[in-house]
Amino acid sequence: MTGLDLETFLRIDLPGGLSAMLACLACGVLGNFLVLRKQSLMGDALSHAVLPGLVAGFLVSGSRSTGPMMLGAIAAALLATVLIQAARRLARLESGAAMGVVFSILFALGLVMLEQSHARDVDLDVDCVLSGQLETILWLAASGWGSLADPAALAELPRQLVALAGMNLAVALFVAIFWRALKLTSFDPDFATALGFRAHRFELVLMLLIAAACVAAFEAVGSILVIAMLICPAATARLLTDRYGVQMALAAGISAATG
Amino acid sequence: MGAHDAAEIPEALGSFLAALSLGLGFNATVVVIGTTLLGLAAGAVGAFMLLRKRALMSDALSHATLPGVALAFLLGVALETDPRALPLLLAGATATSVLGVLAVQGITRASRIREDAAIGIVLSVFFGFGVVLLSYIQALPQGGQAGLKTFILGQTAAMRVPDAELIGAVALCALLVCALLYHPFRLVCFDADYGRVVGLPVTLVDLALMGLIVVVTVIGLKAVGLIMVVALVIVPAAAARFWTERMARFVPLSALFGGVAGWIGAARSASLPRLPAGAVIVLVAGVVFVLSFLFAPARGVLADAWRRLRLRLVTVRDHFLRAAFEQLEAAGTGAAGSFALADIAEDRGWSARHAGWIARWMAARGFAAHLPDGRMHLTPTGREAAQRVTRAHRLWEQLLLVQGAGRIGQAHRSADLVEHVLSPAMVAALEAELAARGATAQPMPPAPERSRQP
Repeated sequence: MTGLDLETFLRIDLPGGLSAMLACLACGVLGNFLVLRKQSLMGDALSHAVLPGLVAGFLVSGSRSTGPMMLGAIAAALLATVLIQAARRLARLESGAAMGVVFSILFALGLVMLEQSHARDVDLDVDCVLSGQLETILWLAASGWGSLADPAALAELPRQLVALAGMNLAVALFVAIFWRALKLTSFDPDFATALGFRAHRFELVLMLLIAAACVAAFEAVGSILVIAMLICPAATARLLTDRYGVQMALAAGISAATG
Repeated sequence: MGAHDAAEIPEALGSFLAALSLGLGFNATVVVIGTTLLGLAAGAVGAFMLLRKRALMSDALSHATLPGVALAFLLGVALETDPRALPLLLAGATATSVLGVLAVQGITRASRIREDAAIGIVLSVFFGFGVVLLSYIQALPQGGQAGLKTFILGQTAAMRVPDAELIGAVALCALLVCALLYHPFRLVCFDADYGRVVGLPVTLVDLALMGLIVVVTVIGLKAVGLIMVVALVIVPAAAARFWTERMARFVPLSALFGGVAGWIGAARSASLPRLPAGAVIVLVAGVVFVLSFLFAPARGVLADAWRRLRLRLVTVRDHFLRAAFEQLEAAGTGAAGSFALADIAEDRGWSARHAGWIARWMAARGFAAHLPDGRMHLTPTGREAAQRVTRAHRLWEQLLLVQGAGRIGQAHRSADLVEHVLSPAMVAALEAELAARGATAQPMPPAPERSRQP
């Protein structure tokens, strides 16, 4: 491998590939809980529900830079998650209907905000959520393998990559710490509640984590892929095993390999 | 709300009202009527889908229409006809959405992947394919995808009269089918297994329902776009669910909500072309949903909270009265005697503060009164009520004991829960039941010997 090739690899291919892998890994792991809870469509719901947050982020900051828009998106995703849980519990809607109601209304709200604001005139790039911006994740400070150990160069690592790595760490910690609780509440929330476990509150925390992971992944790989990666690895693993631990490991492996 | 603030609003309001009364010129009127019919049909079909727990099926469906639209466009280009002709595009949309439904059903039937996951898989794969096709079309010389993008977000303003007529006519047909198949649909929604037993072709009925949802989704594409047609199916039904527990009212109400959303939304965006119609329609439906969620008397949140509060108040009242009655009974002073609030608080496990609130409330309701020496006594109304609730409690206890409940503690706990909802008719039934078992229901059964509750 020549020096130039290595540089291109480190600058362009590595960050993109790594981001995709990390995004898929986080989604693949969290997707297990969604599939087991029959809430697979959470990714789809969130991908629509972030629109008002994107527009609000743009309006507040007045710039097209992705930072504030992503903050808005995270806020909107968290709001949508809380609303969906509220609709399920207070309105006693089944989870599919609750998601449908919340995401479609939020999406419509986002569209109206978009059309009513100046955002329309500058052609706000909503597609950045739809298909992601993998090709823009670059690590221009890299010059060779040595950069991997160079703090100055590492500080220039693409923000998306850092966010995704942090997200993965958070997901891994969460799953490791609450493994038993996750198992219990995914299979039988009523039994968990009967044991004195606050299944609803725990579920809300899980959903908020999923919302944050989804938004981080939207930016990198786009919503369509996130929707797919939340479901497909878990569903594939479900076909291959009946054991929970095996299922998790399989799903993680499948998703990382795909990414 | 930038440019059109000051001068345009009254005019816009005027044309909004004119459009509501369908006086906005022929074209707009046709579009508004078409969209209203679409809303009615979507609301009616959505009602059945919600009960069948398939609300998000429309989501998979609508996303699955995108590759169909794109393929139909490509076909139109290849055949050198107008590639943007609505019937052609809708036919393509129908084809791929039917394929999508079949794929979801195939996946759920052939493997143990559940329906929600299957919907997600189909949705992302089909939509992803559609997006790829769209970006391919954009590179074509035939003017790009400008016309096609409206299928994602919808654009009533771009709807021409023939389009609106087509949409309205199809929606009307869908409504008719809903009315004709109301009974089989109802049976399948509530108890598909029972339907199978009585000889209903459940698979066929389900297929008809799926057909209807395909039809509604496809005609909704042009008006509200593929993302928000989902809302048109789910939101009115979810809103109507708060108002009634009866199917015969639920379906028409859902249709009505959908129709109102379609009507107001389309009229609003006809008068203000900058507002995307689909979004306005969905937001109108959203307002209806939120209002229903809060204020509907049958299942609304406020009504629910009020009912719960009332039950809690009744419970506290009964507990206070019975505790007072038992204090007086134990003291042997008769019903007119006085008792100390502190004893009641101890008996019920209430804090002094909590007991103070309850005592004040009981005094305000006229069940009890404070005496000058700091003790309390029951008013005649309170005595009567205390007697009634204590008797209900003890009759229930007695019945459980006669029936062989293990320990008095169990019977007491059960009676504690039940005493608040025992109507006079049920007390009479209790007496009869006790008599049948050889126990007499005394005017006031004695309190059974019991150790203190843990």
